[in-house]
Amino acid sequence: MTSLTDTASDLARAQRKARRAHALNRVASVLTTVGLGWLAPLLRLAAGENPRQQGIELWRQMGIPLTAILLFLAAWGWAAPQVQTSLGAIPGPAQVWEQATNLYADHKAERAKEAAFYERQSKRNAEILAKDPKAEVKTRPYAGKPTYIDQIVTSLKTVFTGFLLGALVAVPLGVASGLSPTVNAAINPLIQIFKPVSPLAWLPLVTMVVSATVSGSDPLFEKSFLTSAITVTLCSLWPTLINTAVGVSSIDRDLMNVGKVLQLSGFTMVRRLVLPSALPYIFTGLRLSLGVGWMVLIAAEMLAQNPGLGKFVWDEFQNGSSNSLAKIMVAVFTIGLIGFLLDRVMLALQSAVSHSPAR
Amino acid sequence: MAHTSRTTSRTLRHLLASAAAVVALTAGVSAHAAALDVEKDQLKLGFIKLTDMAPLAIAVEKGFFEDEGLSVTLEPQANWKVLLDRVISGELDGAHMLAGQPLGATIGFGTKAHIVTAFSMDLNGNGITLSNDVWQKMKANVPKGADGKPVHPIKADALKPVIAQYKAEGKPFNMGMVFPVSTHNYELRYWLASGGINPGFYSPTDVSGQIGADALLSVTPPPQMPATLEAGTIYGYSVGEPWNQQAVVKGIGVPVITDTEIWKNNPEKVFGVTDDWARKNPKTHLAVVKALIRATQWLDENNNANRAEAVKILAKPEYVGADAKVIANSMTGTFEYEKGDKRDVPDFNVFFRYNANYPFYSDAVWYLTQMRRWGQIAEAKPDSWYDQTARSVYKPEIFLQAAKLLVEEGKAKDADFPWKSDGYKPVDNGFIDGIPYDGHKPNDYLAKQPIGLKGDQKIEGGQVVGG
Repeated sequence: MTSLTDTASDLARAQRKARRAHALNRVASVLTTVGLGWLAPLLRLAAGENPRQQGIELWRQMGIPLTAILLFLAAWGWAAPQVQTSLGAIPGPAQVWEQATNLYADHKAERAKEAAFYERQSKRNAEILAKDPKAEVKTRPYAGKPTYIDQIVTSLKTVFTGFLLGALVAVPLGVASGLSPTVNAAINPLIQIFKPVSPLAWLPLVTMVVSATVSGSDPLFEKSFLTSAITVTLCSLWPTLINTAVGVSSIDRDLMNVGKVLQLSGFTMVRRLVLPSALPYIFTGLRLSLGVGWMVLIAAEMLAQNPGLGKFVWDEFQNGSSNSLAKIMVAVFTIGLIGFLLDRVMLALQSAVSHSPAR
Repeated sequence: MAHTSRTTSRTLRHLLASAAAVVALTAGVSAHAAALDVEKDQLKLGFIKLTDMAPLAIAVEKGFFEDEGLSVTLEPQANWKVLLDRVISGELDGAHMLAGQPLGATIGFGTKAHIVTAFSMDLNGNGITLSNDVWQKMKANVPKGADGKPVHPIKADALKPVIAQYKAEGKPFNMGMVFPVSTHNYELRYWLASGGINPGFYSPTDVSGQIGADALLSVTPPPQMPATLEAGTIYGYSVGEPWNQQAVVKGIGVPVITDTEIWKNNPEKVFGVTDDWARKNPKTHLAVVKALIRATQWLDENNNANRAEAVKILAKPEYVGADAKVIANSMTGTFEYEKGDKRDVPDFNVFFRYNANYPFYSDAVWYLTQMRRWGQIAEAKPDSWYDQTARSVYKPEIFLQAAKLLVEEGKAKDADFPWKSDGYKPVDNGFIDGIPYDGHKPNDYLAKQPIGLKGDQKIEGGQVVGG
């Protein structure tokens, strides 16, 4: 009797364990795609799997990178003071951290100033209205400097605008050139010529065109914003274009033949067959494009004076104070981290839409 | 014909603006007069990170713009060209400009656009710095005083043999300045030429400005001057503060002369807007000038008592951003030449004294003479042309209106403004080479210069011809 119940409960336990392991595996694969793979061993440990095996896994996934980062910080901290520039020694990790906290404090101080400005304004207006209820009062937005946080937001807005514009151009064009060898032959030389052009070469041209076309005293977008965004577009649409074309042209011929037999219209064919099967390629292209766009953006903002991270770096360089180098390094890390996060987001999207494991 | 119609429209504008001013005056008589009813109350003004942008920063920080009902954002610009282009394209309402910029743009040297100015921001404020190496070589040629220190002003004669030596070794003597129509360019050229060194000519086909030059001048943005000097790309430069003192602090160069020793109390920066903007926003323009006058007054009042506070403000990263002690060097009336050779230069930065803010036609004419002297103006022009050009760019009438409003409001003293001036300063004898300058006779003045184009001379095929 007992043996029977025992085996039954054993079986149930084994099943539970198998289910849990399966669930854990799924969670782990999701975590890996969003760059949090090192959490998986911790979860498995918590779930009571083999501690030794998980410990080794944890060391591989988390210990080694952490050790490497610590070693890098130590090497940097030792090497930085050895290099003397005309702006003082290269800052070490401590100075950079200090400037990062300073920038955040500045941000808070600026917000406080803003609040004070609005308070002054409403008080002034209240006084005017008290004297003369019919008087016209003006409320003006605060005109202070953009803080570091504002600049990060501006940069993100700019890069996504440029990137989306690029995608809107590149995907249809890529589909067209993937489907038709004629179109492909026609635009291929242009792609090859324009792909290697640096943003710095596009910028003066874009600036002139934007200045000529955008007019009016109060345009919808700042010219500097448009200039930076369009430069990002011009530099970042090529990977999407090339990958889309490759993805579309390498569709299974049988699929296309099926489409022909069913006499699908061209549009349906693209929607039902071409796009779904080329989607992984398109997303690979988009991911590369966003990476290029983010890299290009900093240079574009520097020259177009769009008040984002690029302008921050340039202005700090111009300041030439003893804190400038440390602040520029804060920006370097910010740019790197955001670039990494953007890449991860795109990777997650890519693996969500493609059925193959993430490349 | 066209000219007369322009004049009439100008007089009309005058009348209208004066009428507006009178209306505004009668409207607000109390000491806290209501702000002008401005056409545009949110402005974006550009500047370059130099100490002489101080009036703008002070007008913001001390609330002078706010008092005029203006909400102003100041935005640092990457370089002078970007700044000018963005004013022309309307991205900026106005900007801190080099005195030569509105003139250069209006006559079409570089980007052509009609820019006007009603406010001169300051006097002096620049210096010429040479690398340690060049200074060591020229020091032997500089006369010494009883205290063993070099006698000032140091003349470029002492540099001449050094340049000859570089030439003999086949090394081009490169120097940096900030912009082709910058005060720094003309000051550096004036100083070099006064010592018999040819700084080179411009021609319509070659705008490098290095035709026939002993010293090759090229454009370097101010903040990069010290780094470029350190890299050995240039052997010296002419730039505004804090970049001369920065060279001393970093121990990479030695400032040899300040611009006030080259031309005593020379005009340096102006507040420029496009003519179009000034026509569309006359009251806004007046309000900005009013706030700026109050700012310069604050900067100079009680014998520069507020300068220490101004230095603190300028050291903020959103304005000049350099270290306070570097900015303080020149702003508080001393200037360090060689390391340890600190001398009093109380007028190194003048913002309000000596009618610094009045846009004198004679100042505009002087800059035009230098453009002609070095070939940026390729053809000879009659004296009347200089006067007309100065009048189309410099607008003292707007400045005086703003000053008048401030006097009425009790925020400025009547005695501080030259109400009766015809826009020309008396003959100026404040130049390092002693050549007197009379703004009414630009062509005479050009004829007196030993190096430079005069009369009908032109640059053709890399040669001075004619005359």
